[in-house]
Amino acid sequence: MAARAMWKGIVTFGDVRVPVKLYAAIEDRTLRFRLLDRATKTPVVQSLVQSDTDSVVPYEATRRGFVTDEQEVVVLDPDELASLEPDGSRTIEVVRFVPPEAIDHRLYDRPYYLGPDGGAGPYAALARALARSEREGVARWAMRKKEYVGALRLHRGYPMLVTLRHAEEVVSLERVERPKGKPLDDAQLAMARQLVGMLEAPFEPTSYRDEYRGRVAELIEAKVRGQTPTAPKPRPRPKARDLDGALRASLRSAGDHRA
Amino acid sequence: MPEAAGREEADARRARPLWSGNVAFGLVTLPVELFPANRTARVSLRMVDEAGAPLSRRYFDADGKALEDDDIVRGFALADGEGFVLVEDEELEALAPERSREIDLSRFVDLDEIDPAYFDRGYFLAPDRGALKAYRLLARTMEETGRAGIATFVMRDKEYLVAIIADDGILRAQTLRFHDELRTPDDVGLPDLETLDAGDEEVAAIERAIVAAAAEELDESLLRDRASARLLALVQEKLGARDDVVKLSPEAAEAPGAAAEVDLMQVLKERLARDDEATGPSDASAPGTDRHDLQVMTKAALYRRAQELEVPGRSSMTKEELVAALERTSEGG
Repeated sequence: MAARAMWKGIVTFGDVRVPVKLYAAIEDRTLRFRLLDRATKTPVVQSLVQSDTDSVVPYEATRRGFVTDEQEVVVLDPDELASLEPDGSRTIEVVRFVPPEAIDHRLYDRPYYLGPDGGAGPYAALARALARSEREGVARWAMRKKEYVGALRLHRGYPMLVTLRHAEEVVSLERVERPKGKPLDDAQLAMARQLVGMLEAPFEPTSYRDEYRGRVAELIEAKVRGQTPTAPKPRPRPKARDLDGALRASLRSAGDHRA
Repeated sequence: MPEAAGREEADARRARPLWSGNVAFGLVTLPVELFPANRTARVSLRMVDEAGAPLSRRYFDADGKALEDDDIVRGFALADGEGFVLVEDEELEALAPERSREIDLSRFVDLDEIDPAYFDRGYFLAPDRGALKAYRLLARTMEETGRAGIATFVMRDKEYLVAIIADDGILRAQTLRFHDELRTPDDVGLPDLETLDAGDEEVAAIERAIVAAAAEELDESLLRDRASARLLALVQEKLGARDDVVKLSPEAAEAPGAAAEVDLMQVLKERLARDDEATGPSDASAPGTDRHDLQVMTKAALYRRAQELEVPGRSSMTKEELVAALERTSEGG
């Protein structure tokens, strides 16, 4: 069951031109609810209303407004907003190729797969060249009236564009001083290191499931069958103790699990 | 009067955690609060009418009668138009047991091993009262070993997979997508790469082009939000010409949005500077929000918090309704 491409573009740098199709790599699995009128069990109608009178304003009569710090509203017409939109170019311009560690992981936002558009030769060559270069491209493109900057990289061997956040979207901690206090206890540090060592493992994404989502699905199924679902019972947590005792007990218990 | 206004302002500027709970590291329990590390950089616009008066969102029934909060219930649509299964907020809250409101670091991994496609959103962890020593110990240990802790936890009606990362003494959290939220090349229907022919000369040509465009650093100027800059330029132009500029009515006025952030820095500074080592780690106390705090917040501050927590129907709520809705929301942790 192949997914539908959401956009087509041409990966461009130097003399290279690779026509590609973009596919969403994220599948939203959140269980979505509709808001219903409790009395009739039918979906509610959402409208924009005048704040003081509650009278409905039809969508055509709405505008966007920018609110200044001086509490003034600058009303922007649809034409004016349209004039700010980027041109409908198909170019995915790769500006630079950098080592992967040059891109802070906090910048990565949404991933999109690239698939071949037309002949698969250039696409396969791009995938192979990217693998050999061990670099990520930094690309710019405009898609659906929005500009993006993204990392061109491989995921499971396939070319992918991961959009990057704007610099202003990542809150910097530069102005926060590092935590201070008495020097940490060497024995405690050694125990903590030992504990991390015992709990060290490769990252296995397949070993985690969204259990809460599963329980919501079960709740819905139980209700469809007309049953009253039972809520899961909390597991008690061992009573807290001082840092030293907690570390010692943790090492013992982690050791038991391994044996 | 000036005194009351001053206090209100101070309260509005206090950052609110999105979540509070415990980080568990073995049997060491570390109470923390979670704050967002991402913000929407795009200049946000409000929906207004042609005269520039801000509009509110309201829910109506099929006959056009306005509905209050209590008249509305969540429904899950059954297949084939078989109607809806009604689900109350309390039922959803009951599905997140105490244990899942804890970030239990049961595994430590090499951060570089995590594929960037998994990364979702960023947060900061601030130590709660009495937790600074354990916080420092965990941060230092993770930094020295170069490992990130992996756990799942529930926040606001959703379960998250999260990597806890030590960054120069500060603990950060980065939510990760669950494996089944990320499609495979096969799911998308991409062709098997093994079967595709790539000409050696073509590969070599692309490799040369990559080398020609190589750089060692990411050029920060590429990350500038150019769309917002263009929008702001248009706004400035219209402000200068006094073109389509109207005064906001006092009821619709909101405090400038930058306040929340000033104070996130303040919260982190306070928490990280507090020398409370004598008290040791506290017990696994139940997470929650200081309810009485909500009463003294300004409406604008309450509204911002409702926005953060995605409280439905917030734009049409009175101050009292916002307080009530926020109390209900924070009950979920």
